[in-house]
Amino acid sequence: MNRRPVFLISCLCFGFAFFYIPILSLIIFSFNRSRLVTVWGGFSTQWYGKLFQNDQIIKAAVLSLEIAVVSATLATILGTMAGITLARFRRFKGRVVFSGMVTAPLVMPEVITGISSLMLFILMAEWIGWPGSRGFTTVTIAHTTFSMAYVAVIVQSRLASMDAAIEEAAMDLGARPWRVLTDVTLPVIAPAILAGWLLAFTISLDDVVITNFTTGPGATTLPILIWSKVKLGVTPDINALATIIISIVGVGVVMAGIIMHRAEARRERDIQMAIAAGQ
Amino acid sequence: MIEGQAGKGSWFNRRGWRDLIIAIPYGWLATFFLLPFIIVVAMSLARRAEFSPPIAFLDDWPFVRWDNFARLFNDSLYIRAYLTSIWNAGVATFFCMLIGYPMALGITRVGKSWRNVLLMLVILPFWTSFLLRVYAWMGLFGSNSWFNKGLTSIINTVLPADMALRSLPMMNSNFAVVLVMVYSYLPFMILPLYANLEKLDNTLNEAAMDLGSRPWQVFKDVTLPLSIPGIIAGGLLVFIPASGELIIPSLVGNASDPMIGRVISDEFASARDWPMASAVAVALLLMLVLPMMVYSHFENRAQAAGEARP
Repeated sequence: MNRRPVFLISCLCFGFAFFYIPILSLIIFSFNRSRLVTVWGGFSTQWYGKLFQNDQIIKAAVLSLEIAVVSATLATILGTMAGITLARFRRFKGRVVFSGMVTAPLVMPEVITGISSLMLFILMAEWIGWPGSRGFTTVTIAHTTFSMAYVAVIVQSRLASMDAAIEEAAMDLGARPWRVLTDVTLPVIAPAILAGWLLAFTISLDDVVITNFTTGPGATTLPILIWSKVKLGVTPDINALATIIISIVGVGVVMAGIIMHRAEARRERDIQMAIAAGQ
Repeated sequence: MIEGQAGKGSWFNRRGWRDLIIAIPYGWLATFFLLPFIIVVAMSLARRAEFSPPIAFLDDWPFVRWDNFARLFNDSLYIRAYLTSIWNAGVATFFCMLIGYPMALGITRVGKSWRNVLLMLVILPFWTSFLLRVYAWMGLFGSNSWFNKGLTSIINTVLPADMALRSLPMMNSNFAVVLVMVYSYLPFMILPLYANLEKLDNTLNEAAMDLGSRPWQVFKDVTLPLSIPGIIAGGLLVFIPASGELIIPSLVGNASDPMIGRVISDEFASARDWPMASAVAVALLLMLVLPMMVYSHFENRAQAAGEARP
């Protein structure tokens, strides 16, 4: 096994070329002077300039961010509760239904989630007069429902690897339930909660299908705006917009990865030093 | 509603807390996930109406009708759409395995610091916008793009001169749909496979090598059988979303040969036939129930194995 796995390395090279060449091509052609997206006509940044004069795009981006922050926060609260329920409450009536409802959105085709949510909102408007119109609220509710499943799964698996005896010990030492929650349980699952929030935020920011069904006139998110433009064909200003979005996300993900990697390395070093000091 | 259980000492077992922590997400999911789901199932048994909302149930017993489901089998549009979906998703899953397996295996064979970099490179496209990744291919498929031209000239080298092509009709084809699906879902295949392969005991490989097996034999007899759970998990994570995909076939697919997601969306939005859209959706779910159950079975087993460990 010490030989260089030439075949595997070349597969990796091919795979990463496959991953990144389309994105690179998209970025390069965002600097194209020509209106034709696929034929090079010289370097230019004109499409970026036009982008920042477009109020529609900026409004849509702001709306997307607002929905993403609200729905990710709601999804994190609800998903953490659901994760605690699944990991800690082994027996209660309706557990099977509950765990089914938590995991089903993960595998449900988005078209069906979208259509069923829309039908619910329309019928609710008929029956109880709410929601009066579709927009921010309905999209936020749909995103929360969909993304809380991811938070629940992440929190559940973190709790599963944590020993419940720590919580019981704190109780035995006289801590009140609220103290145990804030001083013991939450610090342990905090990284999972943060990861869950980030995932829920990204899912919401990226969603097209569910938003497309649950939104109404006047509430156009950025992906919906891009979706409606892209359906008509490829244009250089979308390339410019895509380049900006991909750069922001790329830098964010790489930085988050580096920070998490450093924190993990520091934790391991601390544990080792503590062990060394103990000996 | 709640029964007592062992480990009563914990904060979360105090009655009020427990009820609250269970009831809030339970209520939310019941209202916004279970209820819509029940509505869809009920609606698939209704009939179309001209008023709003455009549905009606029969006036007398049994109130429901199965005509929508009968139409699924009578109208060739639906059967073709299901077959197209299964075929496209299946081919995409196969190619994801073909490309993803050696990549996942390759990542386990490099040094630790490289491993983190490569995993990051796999995850990065997964975090960037799905829609924009599909869009990136729309540019490449166009008949004037460097990708299309390059591929055309490669193909022209094997074709006789009088049959030479000017460009490949890649846009709006099933080929484009499958290619973009492989591109979009490849991380879903690589990550579970990597998680599985990483846990394998390398000493088994070495033992087999020491006993004189050739690398290919070691792979076939040791690594591959042990990685079947990873292959199944990755395969289903690709197949299930791919078969219900809406964005990819809408943007690069062939409109006259639609996939099932497109049919559901069109029945609902263009034809305003909610009952039919619901019936198609219910049938799609029934079709996916088996793979979903297989997946959750393997997930639960993996989780149980994880919890059983000290």
